[in-house]
Amino acid sequence: MSKRPASERIQDFREVDQGLSAEEAVAEAARCLQCKKPKCVEGCPVTIDIPGFLADVAAGNFREAARTIKQDNMLPAICGRVCPQETQCEGVCILGIKDKPVSIGSLERFVADWEYDHGVELPEVAPSTGKRVAVVGSGPAGLTAAAELARAGHSVTIFESLHEAGGVLTYGIPSFRLPKDVVAREIEQVLALGVDLKLNHLVGRSVSVDELLAFDAVVLGTGAGLPYFMGIEGDNLNGVYSANEYLTRVNLMHADRFPDFDTPVVRASRVAVVGAGNVAMDAARVARRLGARVFLIYRRREEDFPARAAEIENAKEEGIEFLTCANPVRILGGPTVTGIECVRMEMCEPDQSGRPTPRPIEGSTFSLDVDAVIEAIGQGPNPLLIHLIPGLAIGRKGNVEVDGEGKTSLSGVYAAGDVATGAATVIWAMGAAKQAAQRAARAIDRMLEES
Amino acid sequence: MTELYAIARATEIADKIFEFWITAPHVARHARAGQFVVLRIDEHGERIPLTISAVEGDLVRVVFMAVGKTTTQLSSLGAGDAIRDVAGPLGKPSEIEQYGTCMVIGGGVGIACTPIIAQELKRAGNKVIGVIGARNESLLILEDELRAVCNELVVCTDDGSKGFHGFPADILKQRLAEDTLDAVWIIGPAIMMKITSGATRPYGVKTFVSLNPIMVDGTGMCGSCRVTVGGETKFACVDGPEFDAHEVDFDELMQRQRIYTAQEQESMGRYHEHTCRCGEGGARHE
Ligand SMILES: Cc1cc2nc3c(=O)[nH]c(=O)nc-3n(C[C@H](O)[C@H](O)[C@H](O)COP(=O)(O)OP(=O)(O)OC[C@H]3O[C@@H](n4cnc5c(N)ncnc54)[C@H](O)[C@@H]3O)c2cc1C
Ligand SMILES: Cc1cc2nc3c(=O)[nH]c(=O)nc-3n(C[C@H](O)[C@H](O)[C@H](O)COP(=O)(O)OP(=O)(O)OC[C@H]3O[C@@H](n4cnc5c(N)ncnc54)[C@H](O)[C@@H]3O)c2cc1C
Ligand code: FES
Repeated sequence: MSKRPASERIQDFREVDQGLSAEEAVAEAARCLQCKKPKCVEGCPVTIDIPGFLADVAAGNFREAARTIKQDNMLPAICGRVCPQETQCEGVCILGIKDKPVSIGSLERFVADWEYDHGVELPEVAPSTGKRVAVVGSGPAGLTAAAELARAGHSVTIFESLHEAGGVLTYGIPSFRLPKDVVAREIEQVLALGVDLKLNHLVGRSVSVDELLAFDAVVLGTGAGLPYFMGIEGDNLNGVYSANEYLTRVNLMHADRFPDFDTPVVRASRVAVVGAGNVAMDAARVARRLGARVFLIYRRREEDFPARAAEIENAKEEGIEFLTCANPVRILGGPTVTGIECVRMEMCEPDQSGRPTPRPIEGSTFSLDVDAVIEAIGQGPNPLLIHLIPGLAIGRKGNVEVDGEGKTSLSGVYAAGDVATGAATVIWAMGAAKQAAQRAARAIDRMLEES
Repeated sequence: MTELYAIARATEIADKIFEFWITAPHVARHARAGQFVVLRIDEHGERIPLTISAVEGDLVRVVFMAVGKTTTQLSSLGAGDAIRDVAGPLGKPSEIEQYGTCMVIGGGVGIACTPIIAQELKRAGNKVIGVIGARNESLLILEDELRAVCNELVVCTDDGSKGFHGFPADILKQRLAEDTLDAVWIIGPAIMMKITSGATRPYGVKTFVSLNPIMVDGTGMCGSCRVTVGGETKFACVDGPEFDAHEVDFDELMQRQRIYTAQEQESMGRYHEHTCRCGEGGARHE
């Protein structure tokens, strides 16, 4: 897949990866060995029939390929762009042992984009059951659950507190990785199944818990949007952001186009981003596009970065400077940020996960001049609604407790995605949502049989 | 999917202070004293929080002062126009209990938030004293409405053009010395809340203030609205907006309100230029 040169792409927010041409796609798909026991399918959280769709692509039958993928994945144009394929399907591809694995992600994306350009086929919708289902949140979990339940013939309402649907896909992941029209068109496909979307509705406030529980089934997909802060001196200075705020201002509110759009964001010349996950990479690359020199600070080594390999590579190409084995101890300034003080870390004996434990080196503090700090150190499950529902079991990490199929401690209430697992991935949210929706549909079927 | 929220009535009730009744059934249904909405005028708009100052059927009232780009643009709209997005009710409702004697103080446009609180306090069996203050008589708003839901109303003006010549804080100090007050609400500009709430501290009287930091989502997902209360970071949009005044770090609040001063001025300047060029008011991004 061809990428735009870094010097060009840091000037705008257009997509970095340019996708495959039809010829490239056919050739790439033909590399698949069509294994008898395909490891890639095992590696896929929603078990897409990968050899099946690759065979379709290799034969030039893109329409059939789209049908094959959509049996298991309603949002392929999104997943093809943001899934961590290197730890999933592509990570276990046999070809990867000696050579490069098949670019399954790029091919999934190719097929989804091809289908969009050539007319989307909607899945069949079962006759109406007259049962009402509420889905809370319109991120990947909510959208998947809604699609699944609508196809089963239930009348589905999604409640979303923001003014746009999509959850992290809309407010979090920047358009240079996931263009917003791609998100919008996949959402439209879900709505085309007859799903009712109610924006600006914060459940727990605009919709009471009693009203919510009056639905025949409820799926909670409220995500993990609660940003954590470091809790160090200077945390609340002007110019210190959570990654969520920084990304929301730009992705959802378009602060990059201020004053054409009304929402501002601090235009810093030197930015420190703390953390090294996907969220940190996104924040750093956004700051870079807003013209800043960007330092990414992480307490471990580069090989320990939790972000996707491709995004670390992209960030590097775009000139993000990595400051590894450093941990912030204080943000300097007042009222506005002027710098960040860090301590150097040394790597000591490995912890349970096998990663070395970082420990501060005494007397090694140093400071870096910056005029904005973006904290990307993690997020927790959105606490608001789940704490208002009496009897809903909540785990130690603030997540809703579910069984293997997404059922919560309350009858008729299911949960899926980041609210149940803590911050995870798009595809895990979708996989879990599909299971939860199927479980809910079975429960409704029993209700229908009994009545 | 494109739901718009129609403005049913729009009135300028004092210089640059506007009262809008907006059709928003999902907000009206559950709105309580102390809560707010976040609205976005159009596709290019910013999300701004405004307190819910009354509810009538499907209508929600907001009262706002035109201070910058968004509020000025909003003020150019009228009955029949529509707002792109209205989310709410947001935030925790006021802690309404049977306290005994309560004082509800409103300063400037903050007066708009007082009748709904006074009304709920009275309904809960409290004796309610209302105190409102503004720079001069012409800026006093909702006086009759508040009087109707209080046992007593004291009006103050900074210049003495009406009622008591001085600040609500002076009335508060007087009453604290004379009677017992069991709970006090103070709503107004941050500096006024800081100074006024200082008066109740020595008496240990429970005092609530409604904080107005800069917000984005208003649902607890960004931390833009973080404030320090009792030494801890809180998100005003979900943990508040009302907090125990004696625990609030007002200086930090005021400092954080100024993060975007330069951009706000740029935005306002551009808006003025635009509206002048396009003739009379109401220039909306299309
Ligand atoms: C910046 C960033 C980059 C990421 N990059 C990747 C990536 O490259 N690949 C990947 O696989 N994963 C990535 N992730 C993780 C992935 O986005 C999440 O795991 C996924 O979005 C979780 O989906 P969800 O549906 O559970 O929640 P979310 O996407 O968080 O959606 C939850 C929705 O619920 C709404 N909501 C919350 N409470 C309420 C309520 N009470 N009433 C109404 N609505 C409510 C929220 O507004 C939100 O729209 C990234 C995350 C972030 C933040
Ligand atoms: C919970 C809450 C309730 C409020 N209720 C009312 C009300 O009932 N009536 C009223 O007149 N005002 C109210 N405000 C303040 C109101 O939101 C701001 O006046 C408005 O956002 C200013 O926008 P602007 O573009 O017109 O002005 P700007 O020129 O952008 O800003 C003027 C000042 O308003 C503040 N402000 C700017 N943007 C925001 C934002 N997104 N969120 C919060 N504050 C901001 C800043 O401190 C700034 O100094 C409330 C604020 C909060 C947080
Ligand atoms: S406004 Fe975003 S968390 Fe409060």
